[in-house]
Amino acid sequence: MPPRIARATTLDIRRRRVRAAVIVWLLFASWPLLAGNNYVLSLGVFFFINMLLIGGLNLVMGYGGQISLCQAGFFGLGAYISGVLSLRYGVPPFLGVLLALLGSTLTAFLIGLPALRLRGHYLAMATLGFNAILSVLFVELVPLTGGPNGLAGIPPFALVGFAFDTPARFFWLAWSAGLVLMLLVASLLASRAGRALRAVSGSEVAADSMGIDPFHTKLKAFMFSAACAGVAGALYAHFNQYASPETFSLSTSVLLVVMVALGGWGHYWGPVLGAALFTAVPELLHRFQDAELLVFGIGMVLVLLYLPGGLAGAPHRWRKLLGASRHSEVVPVARLPR
Amino acid sequence: MDQFANLLLSGLSTGSVYGLVALGFNVIFKSTGAINFAQGEWVMMGGMVAAAAYAAHVPLGLAALCAIVAVVMVALFSERFIVRRLAVQTPLAVTLIMIAVAICTKSLVMLVLGKNAFDLPGFTGSTPVDVFGLRVHPQSFWIVGVAAVVMLVTHWFFARTILGKAMRAVAAQPEAAALCGIEPRMALALSFALAACIGAVAGVIITPLTLTSFDHGTVLGFKGFSAAMLGGLGSLPGAMLGGVLLGLLEALAGGWISSHFKDAVAFVALLATLFWRPSGILGRGAVDRV
Repeated sequence: MPPRIARATTLDIRRRRVRAAVIVWLLFASWPLLAGNNYVLSLGVFFFINMLLIGGLNLVMGYGGQISLCQAGFFGLGAYISGVLSLRYGVPPFLGVLLALLGSTLTAFLIGLPALRLRGHYLAMATLGFNAILSVLFVELVPLTGGPNGLAGIPPFALVGFAFDTPARFFWLAWSAGLVLMLLVASLLASRAGRALRAVSGSEVAADSMGIDPFHTKLKAFMFSAACAGVAGALYAHFNQYASPETFSLSTSVLLVVMVALGGWGHYWGPVLGAALFTAVPELLHRFQDAELLVFGIGMVLVLLYLPGGLAGAPHRWRKLLGASRHSEVVPVARLPR
Repeated sequence: MDQFANLLLSGLSTGSVYGLVALGFNVIFKSTGAINFAQGEWVMMGGMVAAAAYAAHVPLGLAALCAIVAVVMVALFSERFIVRRLAVQTPLAVTLIMIAVAICTKSLVMLVLGKNAFDLPGFTGSTPVDVFGLRVHPQSFWIVGVAAVVMLVTHWFFARTILGKAMRAVAAQPEAAALCGIEPRMALALSFALAACIGAVAGVIITPLTLTSFDHGTVLGFKGFSAAMLGGLGSLPGAMLGGVLLGLLEALAGGWISSHFKDAVAFVALLATLFWRPSGILGRGAVDRV
């Protein structure tokens, strides 16, 4: 009976994917054992924070087909909301994360409402402008944000007397945040909303005719990505206990877009690879710091020209080139939406 | 009153530069539908190459020519070996690859010419000229004059010459233009060369007034982009109008409200345009609402 066979294969694929995910997250969990010192351990924390940033952006870019140039801005918004509230008003950091999430989501709603109503790449333009405005505000609202010197002395997370103030303690918080994001994305992509998002990126007109509202779908994706960035910002602020406006500049937003493209946009594991690159490459190039931008730039050119699915799309592409169809698995190949 | 006139003058000269950057944006936007992130970097590179050549004792005029040629070569290289090799040239793909090109251009200029700020002398000295009791840097006249000339020449090029008309035909209908014997790829290369040339000129004329270094291009590019939006994306006279308007707004806001928030003015104008009149002041209103 063909239908049963087909069902068995999809189940197999599902099982294989779950198994892969469990292995990957166990490997991530072994980082504290592998890391020799606190510095290397803290790189692990930054890896998960970057994963939140890039994972959220991947939904907008890879599945929604829109460029957002404000991911660093929302990152900063989250960091300053939670940082300023806890430092100046004594709000507990865990509540601060929630407020950061709400604040950045609401802001994204207000930006997306007019920008996403227009067909074309107006979100890129609106977010570009908004990130630039946020940067100016972070620098100039000195009494609140500490201005160009940054916001110092942000308190760490604490739970009934237990402070997450060392990389070893914070690592598990960041690890769980990354895991929650990847689980959310997986369930989202498998849900009706995720299918709607992919349909919209394929063809807005076709999606519209199937009863999917492209505007609402893209708006939700954009708000979700801002929420991720907000949480990432709050985590960053309470881990680093310091926030400087440069971290949240337009150039960081541009680099995050680069990371989505390098990692593999529209691929589930793309943001993980993107985050790994974004965390590791600057460390590896410590001695040739000036070359970092050039490496990212050339990498992006090469990926866009020869590997449109990014690094995460590479295995599938090679398998296809070699002509081996061992798996009947259907991998969503990233397409460039019109 | 004097202060007001001074602000107007400085707004007019920075505004003319924004207008030139916006003009470059529009040329590429018309032919590809993409946002050219490298435009600001081309402006920076124009200024940097001219200043570096001048520092190596090349005469000023020749240094400017070197800069324009160098930037046009870089743009043509980017078009021929990067943009044209894209499998599908959708606006999104071209925009993304231009982000990468911009990053590469910026870091290459930094690696070759260093991180120091460069300077050029004013084309006719730097002693302020007295105009109705105002002391004006002579370079301001050069900036406004050159910007106006470039604007007029560009307009003439698209309206009168056969090449310009061919480019407009390709922008309007690539297939139909190809049927008429116009090579669309030639038009694309030409638009890159033209945009880069305009960018390089902008870089050369602004450098005596503001200095330049490798990281000046990005912000200039974004402001020029805001000017293009304000005037109407794709509209050539709109670029100049948007640029000058933005320059004036920025100068007045800086002088009257607070110099701290001056840099935000361009982007507030960008957002305001997007929200209330996405087609810009002189745009044709061809913006689809979903």
